[in-house]
Amino acid sequence: MRTQTEMAKHPFHDIVLAGVHNTVQAKRLDGHTSESITLEAVRGVMDDAGITPRDIDGVSVASGGRSGLFQPSHFAYLLGLGPAWNGWTNGQGIGAVLEAASAIATGQCHTVIIGAGSAGVYTELASTAPWTRPHNEFVASWGLFTAAEFALIARRHMHMYGTTPWQLATVSATIRNNGHINPDAIYQGRGPFTPQDILDSRMVADPFHLLDCAMTSEGGCGIIVTTAERARDMKQPPIYLLGGARERNGPSYCYPPTWEQTGYVGRDAARKSFDMAGMTHEDVDDCEFYDPFSFEIIRQFEAFGFCGEGEGGDFIMNGAIELDGKYPICTDGGLMSFSHGGSAVQLLQKVIAGVKQLRGEAGNRQLSDPRVAMSTNGGAGALFTDVMLMGKEQP
Amino acid sequence: MTSQRSIPLPVPSPFTKPFWEGCRRQELLVQKCQDCGLLTHVPQPACSHCLSPNLGWMQASGKGAVYSYTVVWRPQTPDFEVPYVVAIVDLDEGVQMMTNIVDVDPAEVHVGMRVEVEYRKMSDEITLPYFRPAAA
Repeated sequence: MRTQTEMAKHPFHDIVLAGVHNTVQAKRLDGHTSESITLEAVRGVMDDAGITPRDIDGVSVASGGRSGLFQPSHFAYLLGLGPAWNGWTNGQGIGAVLEAASAIATGQCHTVIIGAGSAGVYTELASTAPWTRPHNEFVASWGLFTAAEFALIARRHMHMYGTTPWQLATVSATIRNNGHINPDAIYQGRGPFTPQDILDSRMVADPFHLLDCAMTSEGGCGIIVTTAERARDMKQPPIYLLGGARERNGPSYCYPPTWEQTGYVGRDAARKSFDMAGMTHEDVDDCEFYDPFSFEIIRQFEAFGFCGEGEGGDFIMNGAIELDGKYPICTDGGLMSFSHGGSAVQLLQKVIAGVKQLRGEAGNRQLSDPRVAMSTNGGAGALFTDVMLMGKEQP
Repeated sequence: MTSQRSIPLPVPSPFTKPFWEGCRRQELLVQKCQDCGLLTHVPQPACSHCLSPNLGWMQASGKGAVYSYTVVWRPQTPDFEVPYVVAIVDLDEGVQMMTNIVDVDPAEVHVGMRVEVEYRKMSDEITLPYFRPAAA
């Protein structure tokens, strides 16, 4: 029986991530559609939690196909749930987890399946991926795409604070070396990489070399969110939601991505998340940060208060972000090496990586008894950063 | 360098149309608030400082300095010829604008470089405001 004091804690603290699943991830999943790989993710995550559709009363699953046919209502119908809570975030990563947690904590439902999948969407390979090409009239004609947007921010930081290409490359090499040893990573066995290897790869959008950038790939992901009480009857050890918040600083890819507009995106979301958890950055054992480009890791360490503004380049050096360092990042190989599935897959992966570390299921990349994982989505160029903290113990 | 084949061109909206009509006349227009006097770019339906709807247009000098830039080698689409330089320019009037820096070796572009507008007609309706190194 919980005491009254405990009951007064943050409502998220009765929320558990009770299941996670990554389907096979690949550069191309031949024979799959976005819908079929999403259904694999849905089946896989129910298996992981040891539940059936009868245990579920909320759905936030959407596939990334061009058809636009399979939104949460379709998956709810397919699962045969009858009238059920439907999410509005369409499985969008941390946003979907926090939306589901809020719905559960307020009694709108008790168990939500979150999922996403994407396959066969990126086919015009002479161009950058379609979801990286903004159509805005003050952007598109200048040849912008996501890498160039983030490069403008990195370049300004280098100018202001002396951040170096070697420091950017150190981030990339660290993430890619995690993927190199991850048997489930698309780029497993591609390394090991030194920072010089990163700098020797061809330039994409200066200062980003090819290996400073996330890959594009296909795959599916699923997550089950439920109450602590219900999780006790499910298969996996509970991973508790400690805190989480989201923020956005305007529409993505419409305005000049200046450091003044982008540098601090996520700062308040991190502060609120830490406040909910009653923790600080010192308590974080696993940093599953969103890694679309190398510089974005440096920016997040600054924005989240792990170091001061301008200090991120030095902060990530000397092994600090390696698997045996104080703040290990992207332990599955991240978007650069594990997978960067289109649609919401890339977002959900960050949550799943944290859950796997806390469960002790990260194989040869397992950290030594991590208690708290911090996952993030978004990024400065896209003008949004979502943050969540998870832990092994109920706070 | 950037005499493009069929790059995506702006489709003006009701409140961005005056900006693009200005470019066609080789005038770089930014919005000026009739109430607070501050400038807004990109064009908005209201002042980005005080939310006043009383916006007018003023002609900017077309001169400024590079705030940040990236030399792109992997084009957005094959319609862009690489390398091309995407930049944010600080206009001398105090607003920031995205553009391409042209008529220069990309290796010479740097933060703080003085630049000036160079208009390139893309269609009957659209003239794009590129920037080039400022005349000495």
